[in-house]
Amino acid sequence: MTKHRDVAALAIPVDAHDHAAGRPDAPVTLVEYGDFECPHCRKAWPIVKAVQHRLGTRLRVIFRHFPLKELHEHAEHAAEAAEAAAVQGKFWEMHDRLFERQFALEDEQLTEYAQDLGLDAARVAQALAAHTYKPNVREDFMSGVRSGVNGTPTFFINGLRHDGSWDEEPLAAALEQAAR
Amino acid sequence: MTDKTARPTGGPLPPGTRAPDFTLPSTPGQTVSLHDFRGRPVILAFYPADWSPVCGDQMALYNEILPEFERYGAALLGVSVDGAWCHKAFSENRKLRFPLLADFEPKGAVARGYGVYRAAEGTTERALFVIDGAGVVRWSYVSPIGVNPGADGILRALDALDAKKKG
Repeated sequence: MTKHRDVAALAIPVDAHDHAAGRPDAPVTLVEYGDFECPHCRKAWPIVKAVQHRLGTRLRVIFRHFPLKELHEHAEHAAEAAEAAAVQGKFWEMHDRLFERQFALEDEQLTEYAQDLGLDAARVAQALAAHTYKPNVREDFMSGVRSGVNGTPTFFINGLRHDGSWDEEPLAAALEQAAR
Repeated sequence: MTDKTARPTGGPLPPGTRAPDFTLPSTPGQTVSLHDFRGRPVILAFYPADWSPVCGDQMALYNEILPEFERYGAALLGVSVDGAWCHKAFSENRKLRFPLLADFEPKGAVARGYGVYRAAEGTTERALFVIDGAGVVRWSYVSPIGVNPGADGILRALDALDAKKKG
C-alpha cells in the first residue's frame, strides 16, 4: 500500500503516561492500538516481539488500549486489568499473559493472573470491581478514534498510521525504513 | 465510469452541495429518508459490502464510537448495495445500533447521486459525508477501497459544524 497524502496521524503524541518498551530516544516508535480479546491482536503479539528483537534498541514499542467492547465482552475489563498491573509495575507482563490466555478473560481469571505475576491481587480485584481504570482505557480509546484507528490492531510508525501489512517481514521493512 | 447517469466530473459531492434526498429500506419492512433528520447532522457512510472478515470493520468500529457521534446530536447511516435481509443479518451479528440502508433497487442509485458508485465492481466507494441540519454537504471523503478510513475525519467535520454554530 502506498502512503497517502492524508494518511492518518497520531493525534496524541507519545508521552510519559504511555506504556513503553524500549528507549525513549529510539529512532523509531511503534504504537499499537490493541484489544486483548481480539484474535488479530493476538496474532500480532509475537510479530511485535519479533520486530523488537530485530530492531533492538532502535525501536520503542507503545501499547494503547482500543477495546471493541461491543464485539468482545471481556476486552474492556482485560484492559483495566492491564492498567491495574501497570500501577504495580507489571504492565507488559500482564499484557503478555492476557494475550497468552485470551480465551480465559473472566474477572476471576484476571485476578488469578495478577496473583501469578506476584501482584497484590486483592488490589487488582478491587480496581476491576470499581472500574478504577476505566477512564484511562477510555482515554486511550478516544485518542485512537481521533488518530484514525480503524480496527484492531492499528499500528502507527513514528506517528503515521501504517496501512500496509503487519506480517513480520513487511512490518520490519517499514520500521527499518523509518529508522533510516 | 461507463455509467451515463454518473456526474460528469466524477468524485464525491463536494462541501457546499445540497445533499440529494433519498428514501431507502433500513429493514425488510421499514424505510429511512434523509429528510427525517432535518435539524441535525447526518453522517452518511457508504461502504462496499457487509461481512468484511476483520474485527472492528468499519461499521463495527462506528458502532463503538456511536456515543461520540451522538454527543454532536448526529445521526449515523450506513449505506451499501446489499439487500435489507443481508443488512439485517449483518447488523444482528455485529450488534449494530444504527441503521444500514439498502441501496439495492435500483442498484446504487443513491451512491450514484452522491458520486460514489463504482460501476466496474457494482459496489459503492468507501465514502463518508457529513451533512448539516439544513441538508447541505459539509465534508466528504473517499478512502482507498481497501482502507477503512476510521472516524477521525468525521469527528473533525462535526467539530467544525459545532464551531460554526457557536461562532
